[in-house]
Amino acid sequence: MAWETVIGLEVHVQLSTKSKLFSGSDIKFGAEPNTQANIFDLALPGTLPVFNESVLKMAVKFGLAINAKINKKSVFDRKNYFYPDLPKGYQVSQLDHPTVGPGSLKIKLDNGAEKKININRAHIEEDAGKSLHEDYQGMSGIDLNRAGTPLLEIVSEPDLRSAEEAVLFLKKLHSVIRYLDISDAIMAEGSMRCDANISVRKVGEIELGTRTEIKNINSFRFVERAINHEARRQIELIEDGADIAQETRLYDSELDETRPMRSKEIANDYRYFPEPDLLPIIIDDTYIDAVRDELPELPEEKKQRFISQLKLNEYDAGVLVTNREIADFFEEIAIATQDSKAAANWVSQDMMALLNKNNCTILETPISAERLSSLIMRIKDGTISGKIAKRVFEFMVSDSSSVDSIIKEKGLEQVSDTNVIDQLVDDVIAKNQSQVEQYRAGKEQVIGFLVGQCMQQSKGKANPSQVNALLREKMR
Amino acid sequence: MIEKTVSELARALSTGSVSSVELTQAFIDRITSIDTQLNSYITVDEEAALRQARQADDARSRGTDTLLLGIPIAHKDLFCTQGTKTTCGSKMLKDFVSPYDATVVARLKDSGAVTLGKTNCDEFAMGSSNENSFFGPTRNPWGQNRVPGGSSGGSASAVAADLCAMATGTDTGGSIRQPASFCGVTGLKPTYGRVSRWGMIAYASSLDVGGPLAKTAHDAAIMLNAIAGHDSKDSTSVSISTEDYTQSLDAPLTNLRIGLPRQYFSKDLDPRVATIIQETARDLEKLGATLVDIDLQKSTLSLPAYYVIAPAEASTNLSRYDGVRYGYRCDDPLDLEDMYTRSRTEGFGNEVKRRIMIGTYALSAGYYDAYYKKAQKIRRLVKQDFDNAFQNVDVILSPTSPFTAFELGAKKDPVSMYLEDVYTLGVNLAGIPGISVPAGFIDGLPIGAQLIAPDFKEGLLLNIAHQYQQNSDWHKQKPSISKGVK
Repeated sequence: MAWETVIGLEVHVQLSTKSKLFSGSDIKFGAEPNTQANIFDLALPGTLPVFNESVLKMAVKFGLAINAKINKKSVFDRKNYFYPDLPKGYQVSQLDHPTVGPGSLKIKLDNGAEKKININRAHIEEDAGKSLHEDYQGMSGIDLNRAGTPLLEIVSEPDLRSAEEAVLFLKKLHSVIRYLDISDAIMAEGSMRCDANISVRKVGEIELGTRTEIKNINSFRFVERAINHEARRQIELIEDGADIAQETRLYDSELDETRPMRSKEIANDYRYFPEPDLLPIIIDDTYIDAVRDELPELPEEKKQRFISQLKLNEYDAGVLVTNREIADFFEEIAIATQDSKAAANWVSQDMMALLNKNNCTILETPISAERLSSLIMRIKDGTISGKIAKRVFEFMVSDSSSVDSIIKEKGLEQVSDTNVIDQLVDDVIAKNQSQVEQYRAGKEQVIGFLVGQCMQQSKGKANPSQVNALLREKMR
Repeated sequence: MIEKTVSELARALSTGSVSSVELTQAFIDRITSIDTQLNSYITVDEEAALRQARQADDARSRGTDTLLLGIPIAHKDLFCTQGTKTTCGSKMLKDFVSPYDATVVARLKDSGAVTLGKTNCDEFAMGSSNENSFFGPTRNPWGQNRVPGGSSGGSASAVAADLCAMATGTDTGGSIRQPASFCGVTGLKPTYGRVSRWGMIAYASSLDVGGPLAKTAHDAAIMLNAIAGHDSKDSTSVSISTEDYTQSLDAPLTNLRIGLPRQYFSKDLDPRVATIIQETARDLEKLGATLVDIDLQKSTLSLPAYYVIAPAEASTNLSRYDGVRYGYRCDDPLDLEDMYTRSRTEGFGNEVKRRIMIGTYALSAGYYDAYYKKAQKIRRLVKQDFDNAFQNVDVILSPTSPFTAFELGAKKDPVSMYLEDVYTLGVNLAGIPGISVPAGFIDGLPIGAQLIAPDFKEGLLLNIAHQYQQNSDWHKQKPSISKGVK
């Protein structure tokens, strides 16, 4: 009997504003504990929230990017529970009137088909602080730097059917958020966090099974593993005749398992009610249109433009637009070199490999778009061969001088001097008489070996097409 | 000198017949000599007060001459004052020192006023008698076995007994007006949002508003001038511009239509109170006003709606007092749960705990619609009721309280205490301004008349109150405690 996994994701994204949602404190990552917490963040008596308007713009941007309904009126509510890293004893969120209503995102499945994933809502809320248990014997440390950081909580419908789909959706979401530049969205740093609601049912069944919520999943890889693990656990339970308890579970990436959270970690009744310290946010079409005018080109639009304008194939275009910085990097090179195919190849292969190897972003590499452009230009104008270019690229990683000076300094210019190549070809013919015989006897493919010998002897610098032509002429 | 009004004191300071230091010292001496009987102050910061007085005198010698410069005032201990204790009348905050000033405090400081200290109040403003203070009850200068009203009872008592020139209070359901009535002083509850709540420790955020308790309407207008106005730190403060509230005080009352709500003069009302308010109405009629009988049908619903909404907001406003960052923490907690439970059980008094429980219940899953949501609907109806009434009248006249000051310990049942505020609560639910003005005496105890106006008509209320006070002596009467003490 085949099982189907049904998944809905709740994704928390920290919005990259200068200050907090309701106070003027900074929100830089990694600051000393409690250095970014003012009297409001500490919930001192008498302090009041003031809404940071830039958060609204970011939320509306996101809503427009996923073709969502933007609510003209949004209302903040208090979600009440006690925890030491929640200074006010309530979290300000949006329950009945979120800023962003229903929308959707399309993901591309491995079989090439597109699937639309519906998004129920995205609401604005404040983050909690952090409780630090490790460094304090028998006590807990509280760091309120994160308390009050603006979050956008994006809630998908249960439209995902596998861990792979969930990861594709999350990656697509990540890409859109990075394009909009509303969050760093770095899962390892917690600026993007994912909870997964998971249930299983037999294929063909319409009723949803009892779901569990998995919290604390902090990488794309763990999303996949946590979902697969949890689905397997549920299927085993049902097959053994047991029931699934509707509960909140924690994913432990070290043990690769999920386990129930202690009941104390879950409040049962949050007693939501409208936050009386804040007025509802009211916006009109003029506001929404103004935000729409500021929207950048989004991945899907960019991909279509790369295909039609820069004549890329669908695959290359898809790879290049996943990340906004990489897409911009590529485009700059394509324009500078007027050779989008070469630009696409260098960026999607050599640059990507470099990023993976060094585990860095495209803006952090020593190879700028300008330098890579001049490298490509040197191939196009015959100064170096494509093969030598790969070596120059290697040098460029550690040597920040210009492409031309690297080529010159390392003596890597392609040799096109007829006299030099004449000498080289004569030499190779003299040393490889038996291969020359074979060629002359009609074994055409031996030419490859002979060209190779010439290239080797010239340390790759000889112009390969010139070598090829001259060899053929001399062996005629 | 200390018995004089703020406008009289301002003149004396301006002409140099008294210095702020002398005046401040005189108030401090009087507090020292009689406040042991009244307990109207929780904290008196003599040193800081005299320092501010010296600064005021210095400023005056350099040519500054503003109305409040050097005038000694007091703040209800619900307003945060930088550097001195702000307790809210609670064990929870008994040693809490705020690192910042409330906007109301800062604005009065900027106007040159001298802060004598912080006045007693019901714990977190929850009460109508000042008996719910961790620092002991305040007594009424008109009868020391009687309560001063609440929750701003310390401020009302201090103003009545000449322990300050005037004082700030806060009003969530009548907490400025009812003690003003009990102590024979003038108390104004401004429109919600007219006065910033930044630094005014919250009881019920959608109802709380700060305002003056003073000897006259004129003085109240002077204080309102200093504290009213938009504050970017309070999102619910309104940006509608303020006026000079002393400017309209002398306008005649001709063409003024005063509504008398039938429902407020029911058979249940003490006939002696009813008589006094009716006399007030006739006095105002003599000054040119027209009296109109009106209906406020929904007003009887105010009390139950208030006692859902206010505790609901309070129950979450007070969640921050958890023993983690500041305030009272129990000894030797076993674990987090124990720390929360014991810190809050030991740190809060009974009335606060009662309201937290009522509010928590009203917001609970399954009860929210029946209580909180319904109460909000009633609140809209109450507001509509007032709006309709103001179609036909300019202001409404009613008793402030159904009774004069009662004896300490007389009201053991919380519901009978809640009934104290039956005439004042509706004004808070509607967000409109109201004022209590001394209007007579019953058995030697003062009783106030309440005037209610549409949003932002504080100027009109002060104008009527001032005209009334120009033609009556009730506000000039002094309690006996003033007579025996030098």
